[in-house]
Amino acid sequence: MKIRIALAQCNTKLGDVSTNLEKHLSLIGEAKRKQADLVIFPELSLTGYALQDLAVTAALRPHQEDPVFKELLLASQDIDLMVGFVHEDRRHRFFIASAYLSQGKILHIHNKVYLPTYGMFDEGRFFAHGNSARAFNTRFGRVGMLICEDFWHASLPYLLWLNGADILLFSSASPGRGLNENPRLSSSQWVEHTNRAYAGLFTTFVAHTNRVGYEDGLNFWGGSTIFDPDGDLVIRVPDFTPALAVAEIDLNELQRTRTRLPLLRDERITMVQKELERIISENDRPDH
Amino acid sequence: MIDLTINPQLAETILTGFIESELNRVGFSKTLLGLSGGLDSAVSLYLSAKALGPENVLAVCMPYKTSPQNTLDDAQTMIDDLGVQSLTIEITDMVDPLINRFEDMTKLRAGNIMARMRMIVLYDQSVAFNGLVMGTSNKTEMLLGYSTVFGDAAAALQPIGDLYKTQVRQLARHLGVPDKVLEKAPSADLWDGQTDEGELGFTYAEVDKLLYLLVDQRYRPEDCVEEGFEKAFIDKVMGLMRRNHFKRVMPPIAKLSQRTIGYDFLYPRDWGT
Repeated sequence: MKIRIALAQCNTKLGDVSTNLEKHLSLIGEAKRKQADLVIFPELSLTGYALQDLAVTAALRPHQEDPVFKELLLASQDIDLMVGFVHEDRRHRFFIASAYLSQGKILHIHNKVYLPTYGMFDEGRFFAHGNSARAFNTRFGRVGMLICEDFWHASLPYLLWLNGADILLFSSASPGRGLNENPRLSSSQWVEHTNRAYAGLFTTFVAHTNRVGYEDGLNFWGGSTIFDPDGDLVIRVPDFTPALAVAEIDLNELQRTRTRLPLLRDERITMVQKELERIISENDRPDH
Repeated sequence: MIDLTINPQLAETILTGFIESELNRVGFSKTLLGLSGGLDSAVSLYLSAKALGPENVLAVCMPYKTSPQNTLDDAQTMIDDLGVQSLTIEITDMVDPLINRFEDMTKLRAGNIMARMRMIVLYDQSVAFNGLVMGTSNKTEMLLGYSTVFGDAAAALQPIGDLYKTQVRQLARHLGVPDKVLEKAPSADLWDGQTDEGELGFTYAEVDKLLYLLVDQRYRPEDCVEEGFEKAFIDKVMGLMRRNHFKRVMPPIAKLSQRTIGYDFLYPRDWGT
């Protein structure tokens, strides 16, 4: 089975959901014209990233009656969507979230688990952290979604892999940093190396959309990629350039790669569980 | 090894994008800056011209009566090279009444008066030209506090504020800044014969390496001694950084209410754009 994935490497207007929704609908239209089956938008694509106190006013309730989701669900009738937004739950906690929409339904919402709150980042001040990482079924098979700092922790892609995800969908609003003699920023190189490693180690597809544009002094470097289960690059969108790039992946490659390299078959989950339990109990000792 | 080499093409891509984005998102397409004939304003000028087109950039030369002719000539060379708009407004008549009013006037005070007068001229022209004032401060001078608060430090955006002086020079070469500007001893041009390195007491080449370790690489002062820096030099640089930190932050607001600007009223500058 072959599917066509569109990476919507776009800019956003900070805190202006209706303008960003218009941009989404226009890019979705372009993706349809390019015969894409799925469009992946960046982290917080409906709101912008450095929201601070704007998080509250930009937040959405993801359901059929919400005017923004209503439009997106309508658009998802014949193309699947992954969008980024601020998720306000019933008890008024605010999460950085991704929603997967397909055929007029919300199939899954992932709330960002790891909120970077160090150095230049201050997410933990404004957002609640998610508490789960679950794979889910789509018409293209089982997938898993993670958001930026989530995939700087190896445990979450690992859990999604064990939970059956054959396509990992990553989104980010990653500020570029680390200018040196190289033609790419060190942050761009680091993320790309990591994504390639996940694809190879988990013999799975890894599709990543990172945004472009600027907020205050921060630049977002784009450079969205798809890696295949061999760890080979399928597509890389140019850095710093807004684009809707479409690439085809062949899901049959999963069988070929995993036959050659049965890392999933050989993974010893119960041993991992046993050792994790031991490590956790040892860490809990007062003298640790 | 301490390597301050930058990829100048990558820096140009990011910084021209930054200039264009930060101006356009608030409804501006033009910028202006004070062009001294020195390296920093040259780099800001070349970046601005590349980002916005030379017709949208106004270079304002603001000499004082002691400003050396060769720096004015260098500024004119760059204006001609890029085809940017230009204006010369001599500040002597504006600042001399204040400078001459006090018998105990010092070089430092006079230099600050000149820097602040240039700021007034630029901000006045920004309304006439309908453009935003482009900053020209580099990371070295910001960290050392080698600037006049509300003077040359005043600007709408700072494109080269995260590049050390030695990195600004690499970018300047890439952008095509004339050799005579590249080779000139850095000077704030506040009095005749002044050079930055003479006044600071160390070279940019030395201090940039130390700042890179202390700031970018988070070395402790004692780690820098191990790397071969003199303790007295480290202490001097740390002292300048600490004493001048007030120039890098907004003045503190005394908190009284439940929600106070800067503490718990937090919005990005690019709010809604």
